[in-house]
Amino acid sequence: MSIQLTGIHKGFGPKQILRGLDLDVEEGETVSLVGFSGAGKSVTLKHIAGLLMPDKGTVVVDGKEVPKLSRKELYQMRLEMGYVFQFAALFDSMTIGDNVAMGLRQKGGMSEKEIQDRIAESLGRVGLDGFEKRLPSELSGGQRKRAGLARAIAYRPKYLLYDEPTSGLDPVTTEVIDRLIIRMKEDLGVTSLVITHDMKSAYAISDRIAMLFEGRVVEVGTPDEIRSTKNRIVRGFVEGRPEMIEEAEAEAAEEARLASAAPARTQQDGDGHHAGRAPHRRDA
Amino acid sequence: MNWTLPLTVVGAAVLGLLSAFGRFSRFVADCGRALADLRTWPGLTVMQMRKLGVNSLPIALFLSAFTGIVLALQASYTFTGAIPMYFVGALVGKTMILELGPVLTGLALSGRIGANIAAELGTMRVSEQIDALETMAYNPVSYLVVPRVLAGTLMVPVIVIFANVIGIICGWFTALQMLEMSTSQFIRGLRLFYDPFDITYSVLKSCSFGFVITIVGCYQGFNTQGGAEGVGVATTRAVVIASVLILVLDAFWAATLLQQ
Repeated sequence: MSIQLTGIHKGFGPKQILRGLDLDVEEGETVSLVGFSGAGKSVTLKHIAGLLMPDKGTVVVDGKEVPKLSRKELYQMRLEMGYVFQFAALFDSMTIGDNVAMGLRQKGGMSEKEIQDRIAESLGRVGLDGFEKRLPSELSGGQRKRAGLARAIAYRPKYLLYDEPTSGLDPVTTEVIDRLIIRMKEDLGVTSLVITHDMKSAYAISDRIAMLFEGRVVEVGTPDEIRSTKNRIVRGFVEGRPEMIEEAEAEAAEEARLASAAPARTQQDGDGHHAGRAPHRRDA
Repeated sequence: MNWTLPLTVVGAAVLGLLSAFGRFSRFVADCGRALADLRTWPGLTVMQMRKLGVNSLPIALFLSAFTGIVLALQASYTFTGAIPMYFVGALVGKTMILELGPVLTGLALSGRIGANIAAELGTMRVSEQIDALETMAYNPVSYLVVPRVLAGTLMVPVIVIFANVIGIICGWFTALQMLEMSTSQFIRGLRLFYDPFDITYSVLKSCSFGFVITIVGCYQGFNTQGGAEGVGVATTRAVVIASVLILVLDAFWAATLLQQ
């Protein structure tokens, strides 16, 4: 029951989003994926659920390679997976109760009474007791988000994929959601990947935190390791210091420029043994 | 001047057209495959039949009522002094059943049903509701597309039959009240060129219109990109493409089924 992403490349038209992303989430572990807006975090999550297919690389969930699954196998896998969408993605035409019941009805094996009990329990977990008959349009943004979370946890999935579960929520509700994520792991042993910008949440809920930058995971570690990291891009992000990131990027660009200039100089130097050293320098 | 430029432009246009046709064909094939998912679509189809059919009746009946009135008056204006007046019944009946009932209803419904489907599915696409269906192991094609396409294909002919009846009744009423004709005269004209095949032709044509309106609406909605603007573009395209296809199909059926 683990998730393994290896060498994922994904582009949309000329825009390359993921450039060799590697990430593992072990069984029963909660990993937070942090990074700038537009870094490809949601795209990463969609690869795991099979909503997007990688241009290159492998996505393995529970030992099965997702892009190679048949439609039937993919749907079976998805019934073991709960997905919390960034903007809830509730079905507008249905009540909150019916929204939460969707996964339960598709998974089957429950009587209508059991389904109603599970709906009430799931809504209760996110602090929405008695909201079964309401329509999504009657809810605030935060309530919609919590209803989306209730829908994802209702059918007791083995995996939970959270796309910014606490963005836009007040501090108390954020704390409630954080505790719920921790409880899902402790009570049910759920394997979770959480996308977040909220470092306080990430430290509270995560076994490990991964930082996504320019299409790759540049650092993975426990919350303590991330707090004390020497990687200036990660520190700049965590501490909210853009100048640190700009410096690191400028240094990296300079190094890349020097590295590419070196073989060109060697080529210009001419023949014989000098030319023979060029590949070594390029590798370096 | 680069002499290859016109060739490049034509080539790109042809390739674009072919790839769009390919994508649409694959979508239709997906719908065909989704018919096997009997757990999902039958119940939803009944719901859609009510939604698309019953709710579309008023606009279709309103349109056909006025068409019937105008047909009777124009026929009388054209025939005066040359052709016996009972031919008004023949013209109203024949024109309503063969042409104006199906085509006008089809065009009106492409605006009502096609736009509604494209906007609804387009909004679902951009707000990730279709992705949410996928993550809960529902096939969105069998959940969203098949019920709408089946409901449209089955209900548009029913609406057209109602529209035909109302159009003819209004034509008859106009003949009685404004053209000083009798009921027996009108019915004589109505029966003069009547052929049972006319009804089959009208229903068959309406089925094809219902299919086109709903499948184009679903396709445009499913392939919506961007936000509100994308939904607007998809909705407009759904109406325009369905209207054009209705007229093309109208000519096709006339050329294939009305040739002696």
